[in-house]
Amino acid sequence: MIDRYEIRIAGVGGQGAMLAGVVLAEAAIFYEDKYAMQSPTYTSQVRGGPTKADVIISDKEIIFPRTSKIDFFLSMAQITYDRYCTDLKDDAIILVDSNLVPNAVEDKHKIYRLPITEIAREEMGKVVVANVVALGATMALTDILKFESMEKAVLDRVPKAFLDLNKKALAIGYERAKEIK
Amino acid sequence: MSRKVRLLSGNEVVAEAAIAAGCRFYAGYPITPSSEVAAVMAKELPGVGGRFIQMEDEIASMGAIIGASLAGVKSITATSGPGFSLKQEHIGFACITEIPCVIVNVMRGGPSTGLPTAPSQSDVMQAMWGTHGDHPVIALCPSYLREIFTETVRSFNLSEKYRTPVILLLDEITGHMNGRVEFPDIEELEIIDRKKPTVPPDQYYPYDTSFGDVPPLANFFDEGYRYHVTGLNHDKTGFPTINPELIQADEERMLRKISDNLDDIIKYEEMNLDDADIALVAYGSTARSARAAMDEARAKGIKVGLFRPITLWPFPEKGLLKVAEKVHTIIVPEMNLGQMILEVERIVKERAILKGIHQVDSRPISPERILKKIEEVTK
Repeated sequence: MIDRYEIRIAGVGGQGAMLAGVVLAEAAIFYEDKYAMQSPTYTSQVRGGPTKADVIISDKEIIFPRTSKIDFFLSMAQITYDRYCTDLKDDAIILVDSNLVPNAVEDKHKIYRLPITEIAREEMGKVVVANVVALGATMALTDILKFESMEKAVLDRVPKAFLDLNKKALAIGYERAKEIK
Repeated sequence: MSRKVRLLSGNEVVAEAAIAAGCRFYAGYPITPSSEVAAVMAKELPGVGGRFIQMEDEIASMGAIIGASLAGVKSITATSGPGFSLKQEHIGFACITEIPCVIVNVMRGGPSTGLPTAPSQSDVMQAMWGTHGDHPVIALCPSYLREIFTETVRSFNLSEKYRTPVILLLDEITGHMNGRVEFPDIEELEIIDRKKPTVPPDQYYPYDTSFGDVPPLANFFDEGYRYHVTGLNHDKTGFPTINPELIQADEERMLRKISDNLDDIIKYEEMNLDDADIALVAYGSTARSARAAMDEARAKGIKVGLFRPITLWPFPEKGLLKVAEKVHTIIVPEMNLGQMILEVERIVKERAILKGIHQVDSRPISPERILKKIEEVTK
């Protein structure tokens, strides 16, 4: 029973953080019959600008629709790490793209570092699936949703020609994160 | 729309519900944080035989929906703060000409350009008094996604039933919250259409009160019905009049359309008020913060209840009076510097102690802040 789990996915415009937030909410709603609430920030429309998607997942109806005690914070850029590493719970988990967030220093929280974008570029051959790699890693580091639910939600959003690529990207993100967990 | 459970924002729900209510015309000028209403309407309306027009500004948009409605098509526009200000002149025109239409205002910080991307509830008095002159006002303010759907449908229904504009108030939070929503069965929705004339064109008058306080409205120029439409005070034919008796009677009738039908128009929700010592009076997104604070206070053993107006205007006076008789303190959290608390004060008078939380700093009022106030008044 999840009472309320708050996830923040942050990155600069173009990295797919917003879409990752929506897919996360879709996985929760459509494949696990949970409640989810996602709130965007505005600069998301600007390519290169800092953006974040806050997602709340719960087994109960979500009353207060905004995040205030983040359980899991994922940042794919230094600027969004610096700006949005706020409102974290004491036992929150942080995941950063180790190449793009070189200066993630925190005493309080557990920080996982994974070369998310490098994995997408080098191993998948497509930098655009970085957000899917990140979602895979998120599934490994949190127990909030089943991997299969996330896989279905990701594939719902992908054109036929790219199904395989995205499936692999999600799996590799999951596996790499398991290795460092 | 294959899935019954969907992931949608409040603004998107407004558009879907408008179409379900039979709306087939949208005119607007995009403005944050309301633009998603226009985006969905632009996409969906042509597919259901409707029309979408992006007008040159908000004033023209308001004029366009009045015209479309006069032609017999249920119409809507959506805007935010500055755009709502611009629409006021024409909202008054729709009031005096008694043309049904729905105006969505997704509230943001003001005055002027203010805070385009931040939530606010500072237009609640503007919804009542924004246009000049005595005029009937119905303003609805839902808090939850499913309720945004049902209240949008109700906006159209009330507008058609009482031949008057209806204002639907969202805010940046309720408009943009993207969450799980289950739509009611579209086939089972109650859809109300305006009363049409039962007399032939040569015997028809657009303001013929022999049919009651809400005269039948013929589609303009349709099937031979034609009449005069003016913002001047008019007689039953629609032509201007300066006859004092007719003017007095007509002005009073326009307000009576609302005041004689309060039970039909007014809607509110009560939670945990039976044994409450403290009542929170909150609406829109702030009611969600208040409900969360109430739950936390209850867990600590403090007897708090929530009175949530869904119809803001006319204000649920009778309902609030009953609450005021029972509790010792009423707390009104709102994202403005003290607007609806004035109405609450007018009704409650000395019956209970009144405390406000008025936050306009661009952030939502947190449940923690409301809880703190609850604990303060408990001491």
